Amino acid sequence: MKTVADLKALREKLQAEMQVRSDSGTKVVVGMGTCGIAAGAREVMAALLDEIAKRKLQDVHVEQTGCIGMCEKEVLVDVIRPGEDRITYGKVKPSDAAKIIGDHVVNGKIVQELVVGRIERQKK
Amino acid sequence: MNILDLAQNGIKAGAKLIGLEVNEDEAGYFVFRVRDDGCGMTPDMVQKIRDPFFTTRTTRKVGMGVSLVDMLTTQSGGHLDITSVPGRGTLMEAYFAKDNIDRPPLGDLPATMKVLVAGAPDLDFTLSYKHGATGFTFDTRELRKELGNLADFTSPALYEWVEDFVRTNIQVIHEKWEG
Repeated sequence: MKTVADLKALREKLQAEMQVRSDSGTKVVVGMGTCGIAAGAREVMAALLDEIAKRKLQDVHVEQTGCIGMCEKEVLVDVIRPGEDRITYGKVKPSDAAKIIGDHVVNGKIVQELVVGRIERQKK
Repeated sequence: MNILDLAQNGIKAGAKLIGLEVNEDEAGYFVFRVRDDGCGMTPDMVQKIRDPFFTTRTTRKVGMGVSLVDMLTTQSGGHLDITSVPGRGTLMEAYFAKDNIDRPPLGDLPATMKVLVAGAPDLDFTLSYKHGATGFTFDTRELRKELGNLADFTSPALYEWVEDFVRTNIQVIHEKWEG
């Protein structure tokens, strides 16, 4: 049985991660309204979290949001890279997580076939 | 469909603490409880939420969450109890007859815990998992106490640890019973 008593290894890992985390990194937002969850948002979010952990991406933040009114296009995933347009992906499946993270979040290459919306970045 | 979706309701109710409890065999029932300290519901509302045509949502007129779980429990020889106090919180208790063939799968609990803590990093979650005399508990407040300012649940190392903790401990319990 695992217990919370032995946290030494975890503590060291977290310390290392904290050095490089900031609030300015890329944001990934998953639609977790009833419609999103019914369409498999939890599985998609789990796959995104796994891919981020696998690639050891320290400065990517996954957040959840409610229903935004495009229920028929769920699961919806937004990717916001700092200084770039906000891209909305639709009908995302857990198997798309690797491509979204690998192509877009890491390399800045938008996964065109899944795009359902784009919001231009705020001009300063 | 996944009975763990009930946990999401607590987040919407503005809860600070959400407690999950799984008991694999409570007098012949598989019991899943969700307790939150959110806004709660009036007795009138508690009556209404089993109706699929009742929802607080304004975008459309059908709400399926609670009505579906209600149906799933009844179909597999169980029942759904809802206790709620406005301003105090809500307790949902889903009872499924343990050996009923229609009992829906619990879903991937370890992955769900990971998504819950990473998706709502400011909330506290507890999980109590029981099977007969064996069991374990998980509590984000305990982790916060142990880790101090390192307890950032959006951190990959931490949410992966949470998933592994829950998965490993459930496995240990199952091995003991299936031995």
